[in-house]
Amino acid sequence: MRIFRTIQLAVKSLLLHKLRSALTMLGIVFGVFSVIAMLAIGEGASRKAQDQVLELGAKNIIVKSVKPSQQKSTASSSGSFMLRYGLLRDDLRLLSPDQIPHVTNAIPIREVDQALRNRHREMEGKLIGCSPEYQETNNLKMSRGRFLSHHDLFQMQPVCVIAAEVAETLFPGEDPLHKSFQVGTDFYEVVGIAKPRGATAAIGGSLAGRSYNKDVYIPLRTMQVRLGDDNIQRGQGSFSAESVQLHQITIQVDDEKNVLPTAEVIKETLLRNHKDESDWDIVVPMELLEQAKQIQVIFNLVLGSIAAISLVVGGIGIMNIMLATVTERTREIGVRRALGARQRDITEQFLTETVVLAGIGGIVGVILGMLTPLAFEGIQLMIGFFSPSTGSADQAFDNLFTGLVPIVKTWTLGLAFGISVGIGIVFGVYPARAAARLDPIEALRHE
Amino acid sequence: MSDYAAQVIGLHKHYYLGEVVVHALQGVDIDFPYGDFVAIMGSSGSGKSTLLNLLGALDRSTGGQYILGGYDVSTMDDNALSDIRNKMIGFIFQSYNLIAQYTVLENIEVPLHYRPGRPPIENSDRDRCAYLANLVGLEGRTDHRPFQLSGGQQQRVAIARALVNDPQIILADEPTGNLDSKTEEEIMAILEDLNAQGRTIIMVTHENSVAKRAKRQIYMKDGVVAGHGFFPG
Repeated sequence: MRIFRTIQLAVKSLLLHKLRSALTMLGIVFGVFSVIAMLAIGEGASRKAQDQVLELGAKNIIVKSVKPSQQKSTASSSGSFMLRYGLLRDDLRLLSPDQIPHVTNAIPIREVDQALRNRHREMEGKLIGCSPEYQETNNLKMSRGRFLSHHDLFQMQPVCVIAAEVAETLFPGEDPLHKSFQVGTDFYEVVGIAKPRGATAAIGGSLAGRSYNKDVYIPLRTMQVRLGDDNIQRGQGSFSAESVQLHQITIQVDDEKNVLPTAEVIKETLLRNHKDESDWDIVVPMELLEQAKQIQVIFNLVLGSIAAISLVVGGIGIMNIMLATVTERTREIGVRRALGARQRDITEQFLTETVVLAGIGGIVGVILGMLTPLAFEGIQLMIGFFSPSTGSADQAFDNLFTGLVPIVKTWTLGLAFGISVGIGIVFGVYPARAAARLDPIEALRHE
Repeated sequence: MSDYAAQVIGLHKHYYLGEVVVHALQGVDIDFPYGDFVAIMGSSGSGKSTLLNLLGALDRSTGGQYILGGYDVSTMDDNALSDIRNKMIGFIFQSYNLIAQYTVLENIEVPLHYRPGRPPIENSDRDRCAYLANLVGLEGRTDHRPFQLSGGQQQRVAIARALVNDPQIILADEPTGNLDSKTEEEIMAILEDLNAQGRTIIMVTHENSVAKRAKRQIYMKDGVVAGHGFFPG
């Protein structure tokens, strides 16, 4: 009851100089807002990174072929222009469920860049040889038709599933289902169309960013029979030839807790099979997830600290104004002391004013902070409006922004508000003590 | 309980201004019986302001005793002095000293906030404030803020505020110094009424017309009491 009365009187004093109080508060408002916004953006960025990792599958281990560096390759393939490297079908056998415990599936993939053509329409696409399990491990969603079946795989059927962009480019205004089109020199029948899918950004240097929208999926065995292992690319004045059996093997593990030990086994197996050739690499999404979480902690700390500094600046602003107020109200302090106020009463009065100022600023800041996702959306719209990026070069940048949704966690609201009140106390104590220590006689004489 | 509302015995006050010692009071003895109405007069530098500060428990003497309502105030610490000021002394200042952001009623309430033990303000307390506002002739203006009032009205608020804790003595420091003669008359009439009701009033003034209204006058000079009674000129 008494505290309520004290606050009421504090508000009354603050209302005496409305503009001054409002401006002082603004420092805290922006401080609290930036703490919440920074943490929300940090949280959003982390969520996005984690989602990207999870898209690879937390239970998956990905083994990829890596093209050896130029120097090494010329040495090893002296005389032959065909560069042989990467994962072997033999590796797939060694990594299969019956060879390594806890492995439930080992899904091979081979990728070849090919020209796609439907009559006069042409585009560059990526031909992906895979097995039916690919759909599940890569979270591929179908918009029409079906994915590749085991029957397709074992019978080496000339069928394919195409990505959304391929369907739009090669079959505009047409239904591509059950139609055939040319890939390189061969023809394939479309049995399914995949839903559009956001590109993944590069993760920690282990995985390059990848757009899924120019993919054409065919059975791996069909690819092996029709294209063989060799891939010869002729460009303007350049010529490259390489022989790769498999580009990637995705290994599924039965439980998340077995992922890391199994990854070790896989590493050792491949090291033995490939001797000292560094033509493969292993990506463990679980590991990346852990890294992402660790980075997130540092990221949050840095962002939060920067925002906290602005809160401290706001606090200094409050202290400055309160010191001026004490000087201005010296006479009032003298009167109160003459009427029986103890030093403690004066301290309490001015401290309450500071805390109320900071507290109201904190509440306004929290309300603004809760609107962070909306504000962020507005900024994204504005960026989209002023720099309409259609080129694919900007796509990665674009993606970075569009995929990010700030997430405001409830505890950050409490934290930011708590800090604002804390700042009110810390920066209020000095002016309040200064006020209380004034000599009553001097204070009464003050003009 | 002493026979006097207030009593000063051999009061000394020295100020140290660097190397120089200023002897503001050099042994002042005054008795203030209950129901007294004293005007303390004297030129500036005579020590009357210092005496008023000591009587108001705003400061402690260097030597001697100040007995207020039976308590020896000269030995009390800062907190106890605050309580004494709140309970036993009603202040009326030359420049009214109202709190600008408060209404008339809230200004009268201020001493209630600082009562020893800090009891909450009850409805009966509020009624008393309203009664005092009426008593000094402020009915209908209790919601006004100080800047909406004339000087005389502001001084009435200050008088009501001085009365709210029913003090032992009322200290008035040039209560009419900022007022015109007509308003001066009104304020002095109120003080005379209060004195007639038995209140002890100690007033500092340098105006004979005001000092004349008191029951007795004390002249200060060079830190001592130079004379009693009314000395014209």
